[in-house]
Amino acid sequence: MSEIVFEGVRRVFTRDGKDFLTLDGIDLTIREKEFVAIVGPSGCGKTTCLRMVAGLEFPSEGTVKVGGKLVTAPGPERAVVFQQFALFPWKTVWENIDFGLKCKGVPVAKRGEPIRRFIELMSLQGYESAFPHQLSGGMQQRVAIARAYALDPAVLLMDEPFGALDAQTRTVMQEELVRLARKNPRSVLFITHAVEEAVYLADRVVVMTRRPGQIREIIDVASVRRAEDWDRLEHIEEVMDQASFVHLRTRIWRLLREQQQPGEH
Amino acid sequence: MNRDALTAKEFWLLSTLGFATLFGVWSAVALSGFVPSQFLPTPWGVVERMVELTAKPFAGYTIQQHLVSSVGRYLLGFGLAAAIGVPLGLLMGWFRWLDDVVSPLFEAVRFIAPIAWVPFAALWFGTGIGGPTLIIFMGAFPPALINAYRGAKFVEPRFIEAAQTLGASNWRIIVEVLLPASVPSIVAGLRISAGLGWQSLVGAELIVASSGIGYLMVKGQASISTSTVMAGMIAIGSVGIIIDVLLRRMEATINRRRGR
Repeated sequence: MSEIVFEGVRRVFTRDGKDFLTLDGIDLTIREKEFVAIVGPSGCGKTTCLRMVAGLEFPSEGTVKVGGKLVTAPGPERAVVFQQFALFPWKTVWENIDFGLKCKGVPVAKRGEPIRRFIELMSLQGYESAFPHQLSGGMQQRVAIARAYALDPAVLLMDEPFGALDAQTRTVMQEELVRLARKNPRSVLFITHAVEEAVYLADRVVVMTRRPGQIREIIDVASVRRAEDWDRLEHIEEVMDQASFVHLRTRIWRLLREQQQPGEH
Repeated sequence: MNRDALTAKEFWLLSTLGFATLFGVWSAVALSGFVPSQFLPTPWGVVERMVELTAKPFAGYTIQQHLVSSVGRYLLGFGLAAAIGVPLGLLMGWFRWLDDVVSPLFEAVRFIAPIAWVPFAALWFGTGIGGPTLIIFMGAFPPALINAYRGAKFVEPRFIEAAQTLGASNWRIIVEVLLPASVPSIVAGLRISAGLGWQSLVGAELIVASSGIGYLMVKGQASISTSTVMAGMIAIGSVGIIIDVLLRRMEATINRRRGR
C-alpha cells in the first residue's frame, strides 16, 4: 500500500510576524505505482508538497497520508532525490548507496548484491570508490537515484532532480529514468518546472497556480501515451515530436501562462 | 602596503632575519656588560646550560625527564579534553535539550581562567599528575567543545535531511553525518585547544607540580639561574611549535582528502 493522499492541505508560514499562505486546498491522490509530476510557477509550493510527503515539513491544515498512514516523520519507504543531489561528500559512491541499507539493518553480506545491481543499472561501474566531488553532475545524480532505489522504497520523491544538469545530460537521465520507472514501477511524485520533462515522464501532470498554490488542473498523460504507444519510441526527441505530445505540452503551457504575473514576460 | 602571499624563499629569509635580529640585540646587550650576566646570559650561554641540563639532573631530573613528565600530563589533559569536548559538542549540536542544560553551565565555568583552577586542582588532585592535568583540561576543553558544537550546528541541512529520509537514527546521524561534516571545524578547534592546553600546563607547573618544565623553571628562578629559566622557555616554545606544526599538517591532510 503506497497510495499518497493529500486532503484539504493548507500551508501557512510565518516570517517577521506576518503569515504567508503558500498552499491552499490541495486535494490530490497519487495511486499506487503511479508517476505524477507537479509543474507550476516558482514559489507555488510544489516543493513543499513533496517535502510534506517526505515528512520534512507538515501541513498547517489538512492531512497527508501515505498508504493510509498519516506522515509524521521521514522514513526510508519514502526515498527522496534532491535537486542538489545531497550526496555525502565524505563517503564514496559505494558508501553513499550503502548508507540507507545500513540504516535499514540489512547485514553486510546481503548489501553487496543490491548495491552492485544499481551501480550497474546507473552505469557507475568503476566509480565505486570515487568520492562525489570527483564525479560530474550527471553522475552524482545517478548515484543519488541509485541510493534512493537501492532501498526499494514504495514511494519515490524527486525534487527537480535534473534541474542542475546540462541539457544533454538531462536528456540521458530522463530516458534512463523512464526505463527504470517502467521496469520498477513505484508511486512517484516528481517536481519540475520543465513542461516537456513532466509530459515525457509522468502518468499525470498536476498544474499549479501561482502563490498561494492551488491545483489548476490535472492532465492525464498515461491514456495518451498508451493510445499513441509512445513507449515504442526509443528516444525522447522522437516522443517529443509526436503530435499528441506537442498538443499536451501546449495545453500545459497555456495553463502556466495564465499564471504569469501581470507585467511578467 | 603589499599584502600578497610571500614565496617560501622570502618567508624563510624574513623569518631568519627576525630571529637574527633578536639574537643579535640579545648578544650585544649581554656582552656590553650593562646587565649582569647572572640576569642576562648570552645565547650560547643558554645553549651550553641546556646541554648541561640534559646530562646533569636539576630539580631532581634531567631536562628530558622534565619534558617527558610535562608532555605526559599534557597528552592526558588534552586527550581528555578532546575525548569529552568533541562528542559533547556534537551531541549538544543535535539535541536541543542537552544544549539548554549544558550551555549556561559551560558559559559560566568558561570564564574561570585555567590558572584560576590551580588552588582547587592542588587541593583535590595534588601536585603529581592529577592537578596539572585538570588545569590543562580546563584550558583545552572549551575550544574543543565550542568548535564541535558549531560544526554540528552549521552542517548543511540537506545532508541531515538526506540521512533522515534514508532512515538514519539520531545516533547514526551524529556519527556518520555530523561528525564527518564537522571535521574541519573540529580540527581547527583542536589546534586552538592544543595551544591553550600547552600554555595552561606550563602555567600550572609553575605553581602546582613536583616535576616538569615549569617546575624546572621555578627552581631555576629560586637559585637565580637565569640561563636555566631561559633554557626552559626555549624548550616550551619548541614543543609548542612542534605541536602546532603536527596539527597543521593533520588539518591540511584531512582537508586535502576531502577535496578542498
